[in-house]
Amino acid sequence: MFNRDVWKEIFEAIQKNKLRTFLTGFTVALGIFIFVTLFGMGNGLNNTFMKFFGDDATNIFRIYPSTTTIPYAGYKAKRQIVFENGDLDGIIEEFGPLVEYITPRIQRGGVVTYKDKSDNYTTYGVGTGMQFAEKTIMMKGRYINVQDIREKSKYAVIGRMVEKDLFDTEDALGKYIDVAGSVFRVIGVFQDDGGDREERNIFIPFTTRQLLEGNNDKIGQITLAFNKAIGYDGAMKFERRLNTYIRKKKEVSPDDPRGIYLENVTENLKQTQQFAGILQIIIAAIAFVVIISGIIGISNIMVFVVKERTKEIGIRKAMGATPRTIISTILLESIVITAIFGFIGMILGIVVLNAIQGEFLEENYFITNPGINSGTAIFVTILLIICGTLAAYIPARRAARIKPIVALRDE
Amino acid sequence: MIEIKNLHKSYKMGSNSLHVLKGINFSVKEGELVAIMGSSGSGKSTLLNILGMLDELDEGSYDLDGVEIKNLNETKAANYRNKFLGFVFQSFNLINYKNAMENVALPLYYQKVARKERQEKALKYLEQVGLKEWADHLPSELSGGQKQRVAIARAMAAEPKVLLADEPTGALDSKTSYEVMDLIQKINDQGNTILIVTHEPDIADMCKRIVHLKDGVIIEDKKVEQVRAAQYVQ
Repeated sequence: MFNRDVWKEIFEAIQKNKLRTFLTGFTVALGIFIFVTLFGMGNGLNNTFMKFFGDDATNIFRIYPSTTTIPYAGYKAKRQIVFENGDLDGIIEEFGPLVEYITPRIQRGGVVTYKDKSDNYTTYGVGTGMQFAEKTIMMKGRYINVQDIREKSKYAVIGRMVEKDLFDTEDALGKYIDVAGSVFRVIGVFQDDGGDREERNIFIPFTTRQLLEGNNDKIGQITLAFNKAIGYDGAMKFERRLNTYIRKKKEVSPDDPRGIYLENVTENLKQTQQFAGILQIIIAAIAFVVIISGIIGISNIMVFVVKERTKEIGIRKAMGATPRTIISTILLESIVITAIFGFIGMILGIVVLNAIQGEFLEENYFITNPGINSGTAIFVTILLIICGTLAAYIPARRAARIKPIVALRDE
Repeated sequence: MIEIKNLHKSYKMGSNSLHVLKGINFSVKEGELVAIMGSSGSGKSTLLNILGMLDELDEGSYDLDGVEIKNLNETKAANYRNKFLGFVFQSFNLINYKNAMENVALPLYYQKVARKERQEKALKYLEQVGLKEWADHLPSELSGGQKQRVAIARAMAAEPKVLLADEPTGALDSKTSYEVMDLIQKINDQGNTILIVTHEPDIADMCKRIVHLKDGVIIEDKKVEQVRAAQYVQ
């Protein structure tokens, strides 16, 4: 079955029936091409979601204070909850081993000036842990350390864009900037995968912020990273316990929908991942339907091909071709065509995915690094080849069964 | 060579059955050149198709070179056709995307003859029909007579026991017909057994024996003085 003559016969038939070959091949190549590009785009969407959440740590709880709505423990409603330094210590005391790090975040806006240039930036009073929570990458200098917090140093870590805006080509490190009337020394410049917006932030020690505001001990919001070893279920349990603990400590009703708000990044991430996953399933389903219609297309063409060749088959049978040789010739021909064009479609798809990826697609259509792993692409191509073969088998068998006398009469 | 006894064949046409061959007894010896004549509907083509194993008989027996042709499955029939029979059709039935030589080599391909030998043989038979120079031409580049000569070369290439020709001159003008008949006579002179179905008396007269069919029975079977076609061909 696999001698040179058989192949020569097949390639001759393919070569000399160019339109037929093209029609079949085009359907196959188009099917695979659409599948690969669609599936690749789906992966790209998924990548964007991952990246969106990938620029911050994921083992994070954020605790926000707000106004109560239910009177509780002798207090009236509409009481503004305020966190203090003691709350941080309390949480560590209570949950010590579960906490990887904890840091306050005091957010203030304000005009920042260097020489004759100035602009509005958000300044965050933070602890050392914030570097990990925000996945801040230091380009030069260093982040705020424990000593800065203790000594309430007037040090600032500025974003890459702040340096670009205020310092132009000058090196910001060691220079002094004016932050809403106080002078800070720049000790570090950072970058962040979160984009330009996050790179326009300024971090200072939270103790310095408290000192500037009358040496109080108020700390805006609390960011807490739990120990990853506790897992997803552990994190859910920790969240409930933490919520109960803080409400009790700050005397907020457990039934109050407001007062304390606890954001669980892990859970958000999980929901987003589920959403992205469903999106990808939908895209995969569409791509799969495209493949199915490709298979139907091949079947139709094979029926046509066999019909067109009925007379030729009759001649070959009169010359002594057995049904087996006829079926195997038609099948091998179909396999060769679908294989060649299938891989052409696959490679074209991959080339297109590579060509379109980039900033434009990322920013306008939320598709990052679209791509398909070669295993999936090859699997689908082989699937199409197998289905194409099955689709060819039925008309081929019928053709081989036609009495030669009937086939010869066919015009 | 061919031995047919009490052959019956009918075709079902909806609820009716059309009895085409009604008990044919017929034999052909080696080296004969037989014309099967009859008007259309007389059953002559059906007879030839059964002889050629392109169709099956309903009743009776058919022996070809001492082998009983009976209850053949498709594969076996194909092998017998390939080994015993060469076909020449009215409409030539060449494969249009293969050149003359490849068409002639086709039966050899199914005999699993090696490629080189196939080509040599095909060229030899093309030379015999005077078309060696046309070996690499496609059928569309050949005239009707040339096509039929390629078809005859193809039928001969497998070196069959019997050559079956169904109206081989039906699609040709009389001059070309005589050329083809001249070729058939020469092949017969070499000792090959040939059966020709025709409705043209002048073609039948160029054979050595004429069998007349009417309404599914043989009404006449006579030896004739062969008219040589060569005299009409210059």
